[in-house]
Amino acid sequence: MGILEDQQARIDQLGGIGCGRKRKEDARFIQGKGNYVDDVKLPGMLHADFVRSPYGHARIKSIDTSKALALPGVRAVLTAKDLAPLKLHWMPTLAGDVQAVLADEKVGFQYQEVAFVVADDRYIAADAVDLVKVEYEELPSITDPFHSMDPDAPVIRPDLDGKDTGAHGKRKHYNHIFTWEVGDKAETDRVFETAPVTVKEQIWYPRNHGMPLETCGSVASFDKVNGELKVWVTSQAPHVVRTVVSLLSGLDESKVHVVAPDIGGGFGVKVGVYPGYVCSIVASIVLGKPVKWIEDRVEHLAATAFGRDYHMTGELAADADGRIQAARFYVLADHGAFDSCADPTKWPAGFFNICTGSYDIKAAHVTVDGVYTNKTPGGVSYRCSFRVTEGSYVIERMIDVLAQKMGLDKAEIRLRNFIKPEQFPYQSALGWEYDSGSYEAGLRKVMEVCDYAALRREQEEKRKRGELMGIGLSTFTEIVGAGPTKICDILGVGMFDSCEIRIHPTGSAIARFGTKDQGQSHRTTYAQILATEVGIPSESIMIEEGDTDTAPYGLGTYGSRSTPTAGAAAARAGRKIRAKAQKIAAHLLEVAEDDLEWDIDRFVVKGVPDQAKTMKEIAWAAYNRTPPGLEPGLEAVEYYDPPNMTYPSGAYLCVVDIDRHTGEVKVRRFYALDDCGTRINPMVIDGQIHGGLTEAFAVAMGQELPYDKAGNLLGASLLDYFVPTAVETPRYETDFTVTPSPHHPIGAKGVGESPHVGGVSAFSNAVIDAFAHAGVTHLNMPYKSSTVWKTIHTLNLDQRA
Amino acid sequence: MIPPSFAYRAPASLKEALALIDESGDDAKFLAGGHSLLPMMKFRVSEPAVLIDLGGVPELQGIREAGDRIHIGPMSTENEIIGSALLQQKCPLLPEVARWIADPQVRNRGTIGGDVAHGDPANDHPAVMLALEADFVLRSSQGERVVPANEFYFGTYFTAMEANEVLAEIRVPVLGPGTGYAYKKLKRKTGDFAIAAACVLLTLDRGICKRIAITLTNVGPTPLRASAAEQALTGKAIDDAAVENAAQLAMQICDPAEDLRGDKEYKTHMAGEMVRRAIRQALERAKEAK
Ligand SMILES: Cc1cc2nc3c(=O)[nH]c(=O)nc-3n(C[C@H](O)[C@H](O)[C@H](O)COP(=O)(O)OP(=O)(O)OC[C@H]3O[C@@H](n4cnc5c(N)ncnc54)[C@H](O)[C@@H]3O)c2cc1C
Repeated sequence: MGILEDQQARIDQLGGIGCGRKRKEDARFIQGKGNYVDDVKLPGMLHADFVRSPYGHARIKSIDTSKALALPGVRAVLTAKDLAPLKLHWMPTLAGDVQAVLADEKVGFQYQEVAFVVADDRYIAADAVDLVKVEYEELPSITDPFHSMDPDAPVIRPDLDGKDTGAHGKRKHYNHIFTWEVGDKAETDRVFETAPVTVKEQIWYPRNHGMPLETCGSVASFDKVNGELKVWVTSQAPHVVRTVVSLLSGLDESKVHVVAPDIGGGFGVKVGVYPGYVCSIVASIVLGKPVKWIEDRVEHLAATAFGRDYHMTGELAADADGRIQAARFYVLADHGAFDSCADPTKWPAGFFNICTGSYDIKAAHVTVDGVYTNKTPGGVSYRCSFRVTEGSYVIERMIDVLAQKMGLDKAEIRLRNFIKPEQFPYQSALGWEYDSGSYEAGLRKVMEVCDYAALRREQEEKRKRGELMGIGLSTFTEIVGAGPTKICDILGVGMFDSCEIRIHPTGSAIARFGTKDQGQSHRTTYAQILATEVGIPSESIMIEEGDTDTAPYGLGTYGSRSTPTAGAAAARAGRKIRAKAQKIAAHLLEVAEDDLEWDIDRFVVKGVPDQAKTMKEIAWAAYNRTPPGLEPGLEAVEYYDPPNMTYPSGAYLCVVDIDRHTGEVKVRRFYALDDCGTRINPMVIDGQIHGGLTEAFAVAMGQELPYDKAGNLLGASLLDYFVPTAVETPRYETDFTVTPSPHHPIGAKGVGESPHVGGVSAFSNAVIDAFAHAGVTHLNMPYKSSTVWKTIHTLNLDQRA
Repeated sequence: MIPPSFAYRAPASLKEALALIDESGDDAKFLAGGHSLLPMMKFRVSEPAVLIDLGGVPELQGIREAGDRIHIGPMSTENEIIGSALLQQKCPLLPEVARWIADPQVRNRGTIGGDVAHGDPANDHPAVMLALEADFVLRSSQGERVVPANEFYFGTYFTAMEANEVLAEIRVPVLGPGTGYAYKKLKRKTGDFAIAAACVLLTLDRGICKRIAITLTNVGPTPLRASAAEQALTGKAIDDAAVENAAQLAMQICDPAEDLRGDKEYKTHMAGEMVRRAIRQALERAKEAK
């Protein structure tokens, strides 16, 4: 075997960065051996269920729990009155607001939690819910956020009476939450006044919801003897939950044990703290028994955090060649009855200000007004907790609008406006420093592979025959990896993340992280990073997360942050291990440290290749032959505070054909080119892309949570809420470019959210493009066959020969 | 999603099943595949005190040929309908329709009897039963009566069947060799109910439409028979104009319920479109058969 083959064999054996090994998580899941929160069963465990409001807005006149309490097997019925003495009937939200744990004198949204029934089994609990008699006096509901700030609008939050200032500054109206502004308004307005071309469009990103396999739930078990509380919870951020529980309960954080086992996906829905968690904990403390609360699918859709619901006005100003000179955005954000977003504290509209996208726009300004409505609170989910999807959507739509107005091709206008490789690091007009990107290369590759020019010719011919075909492009830039602690915190805790690694004497290892896998394949990919860094096969590295007693503190997994933060921590912890290993190897080989060089899985004496110590040998020595003055053992901890966000990007192309007589949209082709920097595991990346694109497809084509005027939520069950099956899901072709992040230890950016963020725009742009020749510049999602048909019918495009 | 408590009975014969329903009174329900009934119970829309499971009743099983009719046991699952060689040969419309119902999991449990008996206008079999002019055999401890499918449906969840009756048999005709058939269903996704669907059965005589049945799913409180459209085509050559005319006439009888899948206008137009497509396919099949 030659040297190169030998090295390749050792690299292959490591299974490190770049290898497409199969997911370590799958074996358990496909054999039904996952261990979800609902699988937790404890002796004497009680079961809980909520009484929920049937009204969108109502005063509670009385609650009579006597009949429910009389039902055999019912242990307790909690109402706000019971929680009030503990000061737990309200809880702080991550967004600086407060939220009722159990409705206090009034309800502000349909399905709001009113009473918490605890019983011996789930059936008795459900029967008891029906026996709780609540007398309501219905109030007028606000379901259209454009009427939230009407002078005579109903008061949604009397508890905020007199509070003119919220967590993010002055409130303009009693139903107003915050105004958030960023960018240079004067300069932007000035450019708009003189620009040769301007466009403006009203764009709504409808309310929707993620769809994890397991709904939200918790099992709380209070040990009265030791005063310790253990909580299994469907959380993407278990350490934050522990901190919140400790603050709310007054228990020492060390006596609170929070575990997030398998949770079946999160998508942002499982970032916050829900009334059900709090109530199960209180009930367990009060009753001294374990209490399980698991919501059903309707409750999940109706009562836990929704996504989006941004009403956006986009404006672009351009020169005569279609070069964008300025961008202006106004957003009316529908937050529901409480502001329970889960953005970093200083960011009430998340990172919406990524909305200048992949384009070099010198002047920009954003205003976001958050308002209350009589709807479910949230604004967190999904697959992008921080409003990046909305920001990316509005610019990807607006650039199409501009192209249409100017008669420019939609690819051409992008090529004219891209930030160029030599401009990185790039300072955006709205305050970000983009780390790296190769936007033009990506789009050109997609256009070439898909023969974009031929597609446009085909479209032209089809239009002559009256057929509807659309081509959608999305050349998005994401912002992920929150984030630098100087600008990002949650409840005052900086958004670093962590890795703790311990190499055992025989050369295998365990590493623990502050993040929490919910399908992102951390067991697979973190081990690969460590394998490359420390020279131990990934197969021999165990990865653990989710148990706050054993894992180092971290802010959890959402916002594509795990690889940028904890992945970086892994690399750096690995390097600490290697530094110590080098000392030990030098001692064993009786040479100076500097005489050694790292070679895949061992240290070699420079120029003397047969004088080497493998990591396995070093690990053994770490437990018996460390050099004088060096403590035994081989462990490292890294808390990584990222210097910047990472900025993954992509170029997507989508081709749709629309049935003129039914309005059905068929996706003919979807080509997704992603650039997430260094690729840790291509197979895992493909999996993330496929999943995210399927969600994007679902969002664009059918997911919606509309309310009627009375405040009733329509369609909150899987009978209506659109979850595509494999049959409807398009086929995807994936591709990539690699532009490493210069500030990340291994050059990796996050990828989990890219396909969702970028995909929605591609699907949406394709559908709207099919109508471009009829003068259509925008259509709101979702593109259900009924709404698409209505467009066709109104435009007379369904004439028969 | 948790039903109230109920008693469960599992009779081993039809006689026993009928005796049980008599003694349990109005609060009892027959349980077939459970794929309509159990969801309603979980939503507490239906709260029967007693469930009488028909799964162990041998008289309700099986698919047999009887002269120019086929007798279908109501407990035949959709997958049994799909897999039946007899139906594939003699009444291929039914296996074709069953394939459009829900998804493989539901079709493994859901029965054709439950589908027609439930009275849900969104179900697919009822409109097909109208087009086939099927007969439903209803049995109670008092005896047996035969109700034509075309006289069975009164309203949503409201049929000619009495609470103490069981649907004991479904009788459909053997389709003659020249019969064209089609079931066109517009649905949002696999496993979903019809936004609108149309069933067409027709026979031709030297290019002229001798007989045609056109029925509609989920565009009214019951399955609908588009009689005016049928009359307009009978005795005529079916050309594009005739198809269009039939579609327009069919649309006139639609009164669909509005929901997230579409408003009245959309669903009505889709019923029309499904009629167009079903007539065309049935026509092609009738011509091919010649
Ligand atoms: C996800 C999903 C998707 C679906 N999609 C479709 C679809 O696309 N098209 C479609 O047609 N259906 C659809 N269905 C309904 C499905 O086909 C049901 O199986 C069917 O409607 C009822 O049949 P069942 O055997 O399950 O009856 P059950 O649910 O057990 O019973 C339904 C009703 O009929 C009564 N009943 C049943 N059998 C008899 C009998 N022999 N005598 C008297 N009364 C009886 C019961 O008492 C009950 O009231 C869907 C269901 C689900 C869950």
